Amino acid sequence: MTTHYLVLSALLFAIGGVGVLLRRNAIVVFMCVELMLNACNLAFVTFARQHGNLDGQLIAFFVMVVAAAEVVIGLAIIVMIFRTRRSASVDDANLLKY
Amino acid sequence: MGETITFWVLAVVSVSAALGLVFSRKAVYSALMLGVVMLSLAVLYAVQEAPFLAAVQIIVYTGAVMMLFLFVLMLVGVDSSDSLVETIRGQRFWAIVAGLGFALLLALAIGNVVFGPAAGMGGVVTGRDGYMPALAAEIFTRHVFAFEVTSALLITAALGAMVLAHRERVRPKATQRDLARARFAGPQPSPLPGPGTYALHNAIDMPALLPDGSVAATSINRVLARHELEEGFAPTDPEKAALIRQVLEKDAARDADPVEGDKPIQVKDALQDENALQEEDGK
Amino acid sequence: MQSPAEIVQHSGGVIGVSWLMIALPLLGAAILLLGGRRTDKWGHLLGVLMSLGAFAVAVASFVELLGLPEGERRRGMSLYEFIPGMVDLGMLVDPLSISFALLITGVGSLIHIYSIGYMSHDHDRRRFFAYLNLFVAAMLLLVLSDNYIGLFIGWEGVGLASYLLIGFWQFKPTAATAAQKAFIVNRVGDFGLLIAIFTIWTTFGSLAFRDLTADVTGQASQGTLTAVGLLLLLGACGKSAQLPLQSWLLDAMEGPTPVSALIHAATMVTAGVYLVVRSGAFFEAAPTAQLAVTIVGVATLLAGAIIGCAKDDIKKGLAGSTMSQIGYMMLGAGLGPAGYAFAIGHLITHGFFKANMFLGAGSVMHAMNDEVDMRRYGGLFSVMKITAVTFVIGYLAIIGFPLLSGYYTKEGIIETAMHHNPVLGWLAVLGAGLTGFYMSRMVFMTFFGKKRWADDAHPHESPAVMTWPLIILSVGSIGLGAFLVLGNRFMTFLSPAVGLPDPVPTPHVFGVGTAALATLALVAVGAAFAWFRYGAAEVPALAPRGSFLTAFARRDLYGDALNEALLMRPGQWLTRIAVFFDNRGVDGLVNGLAAGIGGTSGRLRRVQTGYVRSYALSILFGAAAVVGALLYVGNM
Repeated sequence: MTTHYLVLSALLFAIGGVGVLLRRNAIVVFMCVELMLNACNLAFVTFARQHGNLDGQLIAFFVMVVAAAEVVIGLAIIVMIFRTRRSASVDDANLLKY
Repeated sequence: MGETITFWVLAVVSVSAALGLVFSRKAVYSALMLGVVMLSLAVLYAVQEAPFLAAVQIIVYTGAVMMLFLFVLMLVGVDSSDSLVETIRGQRFWAIVAGLGFALLLALAIGNVVFGPAAGMGGVVTGRDGYMPALAAEIFTRHVFAFEVTSALLITAALGAMVLAHRERVRPKATQRDLARARFAGPQPSPLPGPGTYALHNAIDMPALLPDGSVAATSINRVLARHELEEGFAPTDPEKAALIRQVLEKDAARDADPVEGDKPIQVKDALQDENALQEEDGK
Repeated sequence: MQSPAEIVQHSGGVIGVSWLMIALPLLGAAILLLGGRRTDKWGHLLGVLMSLGAFAVAVASFVELLGLPEGERRRGMSLYEFIPGMVDLGMLVDPLSISFALLITGVGSLIHIYSIGYMSHDHDRRRFFAYLNLFVAAMLLLVLSDNYIGLFIGWEGVGLASYLLIGFWQFKPTAATAAQKAFIVNRVGDFGLLIAIFTIWTTFGSLAFRDLTADVTGQASQGTLTAVGLLLLLGACGKSAQLPLQSWLLDAMEGPTPVSALIHAATMVTAGVYLVVRSGAFFEAAPTAQLAVTIVGVATLLAGAIIGCAKDDIKKGLAGSTMSQIGYMMLGAGLGPAGYAFAIGHLITHGFFKANMFLGAGSVMHAMNDEVDMRRYGGLFSVMKITAVTFVIGYLAIIGFPLLSGYYTKEGIIETAMHHNPVLGWLAVLGAGLTGFYMSRMVFMTFFGKKRWADDAHPHESPAVMTWPLIILSVGSIGLGAFLVLGNRFMTFLSPAVGLPDPVPTPHVFGVGTAALATLALVAVGAAFAWFRYGAAEVPALAPRGSFLTAFARRDLYGDALNEALLMRPGQWLTRIAVFFDNRGVDGLVNGLAAGIGGTSGRLRRVQTGYVRSYALSILFGAAAVVGALLYVGNM
């Protein structure tokens, strides 16, 4: 069963990654990042059960906390960029280049 | 057996939802799809003997984080849908290649490992009152420092979000006196005519009539008019229909080019926003 | 044969404060240079005072030295430990250095006094005296130092002073160029001296004269000793204007005449002779180097004489004569202990009569509105009697008129050379004959014959401050030679410093040997020929074209042309090749590298699209690569 969970986790992670690469709406990109984090959490929880200790769950817990903080800051940044540039597209914020 | 069934059902649901998240045009749909994935994962956590994480997943993720996403979506514009045309050359192809390759790589890696039967959480729980006390003991003993650090992180994040989202007022707030002056300096001192004035009935979609019986252009409710036109419910009165079309075309021209397009309301300097609101109110 | 005496470390009496000789003029130079225009009014007096003070110390030291027993007449004292236990700066007062010190301070003081009058119209007179004082200090350091380091510092100091004084009228392009030429040519010699010093240090581990005795130097290999000798000779050639580094001396006459008299006739140019005599231990152990010294001496004495025959510029004629006389000294110095006393003796008498004649020439120029062309002189005897008489005394001394100064010292050198090697001797005799010709020519063209003056020339006798030094110097020109040579007085005096030759020669009041008589005869023929050409016959005011030989001599024996063809042109080609290589090769490489990096960066920077999604793509590829690598490593 562990293998199943892990493959599901990998699949979700890859889908999230593809979403990050394909979508231009900053919020959707953010959601994809959350999806990847969740996929990781699933793997952690699975390993916790596989090994029979709480470490995996603890890590998943901390990942959630950090993800929450990250979402707060990320969304604030998106709002700020939207205010100044009237756009939430990640491709529009491309001034820092060659 | 029960776990297997649960897993397969939720696996299908969560993968479909994840795909929906990536491929739906509207951001709101994506948010909903993410919610589905998170709920499915919460159930899977519960199945895997992690009831605390399942609860946190539902409360924090699905409850708080997803709401935050939706709020920001509303701030940024709910209906702003992504264009599906890729602008970076080769990005779509290579993204899919990389994604598939990565998934394949991970699957290969996992498939290469032979896992024994899961140890289960039973050993952790023995001697304690249940999962929650066991987890709490872990957090507040071995990981208490990391826990304290995360509290600092959260405070910093909250502070940072406030700092980032805060907007400094660079102009003084417009007083009633300023508003009145702007209004009388503009082309329309009086309130805009309400719908239905001099008309046969006062429904919201009924423009006002001028004393000579013709339709007053300023009284047309543009949102409704556009909707009517798009849905094919043009007014039966040909004169009224022509006027509505004219007003909408003028609005479209103004949207396309605010300088060249005919501006119905000339607003001076600082009070543009307030005036626009007032104009909306006047209708 | 008697070796030089041991050097006694001792620091009492007047000799103990002999460093004052150096310190006084140095102080004078410092005051005059740092004091600036404030010292203009009394600067020249201070300069003379400092020079006289140094002279007084020198005389006192000399007297004290005479009072010591012969074996203790070499007094060394340490002043300062430069590198503790290895190199220290100190003074060496012995008969050799005190002879030089007396010459430098004595003639130097007279020239200081003379310069008060000569430079009276120059508004930079104070600066002139500062440089003169600087020169005296450096020259004294050169001769009084007890090791090669101090000698080298003084050596460079006199080079600097010479440069400053040749270019004293630096607004004249010729003077500025001449100063640079002197400095640069001297550098060549200085390198020789430097490398010699390095070699001595590495071979013998000491640079102090007291350690480098004949016993010590004789132990090194013959090759090393020859190399050291030849390198020292190169240094001596640069400073003493010997072939092949002679070219700067004639141009150096651009400087004020007192400078020519003091530095480029009486003292500095003889530093090479001092170096060779002081380093006698090396030369006596290396016969090849010694032979080279004599060859250089003879070649230069002939070259200088030939140049002197053709010059119409009175100062350049005297400069050629100086070269020639230093050639005699070199020849003497190359003959070992037998020649040392005569070389140094000739050096001292030459210091007197050449300074005498240079100052006389300066007096003539002073009278003739700085005209230097002898073809515009003539008949000056009647208008400037003191100058003329003193000049003629110097003239008689230099050509070796019997019983005068030059006669004894030059005859001594010629006799010794003849004894040593007849070829050298006869060439020296020939040189003496040439001397008789060109010096007579100079005297006849200047003081006798018809007046060929420029229209605005009103010659007059110079002031007393200029004539008195002439008179004193001419007294030295008359009697000094006889005083030094007769009874071997000077040879005995010098012997603690340089040793004694095995058969001590017996000097005669009037020599009747073959060489002496031949010399006298040749000199007489030369003088007669000069009288026939320039005394009795009409001297054209413009120089005739002359034969090939005349042109050869006028062009300084093509020395400059030779330097140009052999050194300057190849040097220029070398720099051009270097510049070409630098521009195309080095710059090309560097610029090409820079352009390559720049071009590559310009293309690579396109990777920085600014699109966060393309960065994310590369991160994903990187993550995949890391995972793949981990799996690969894990499976191994």
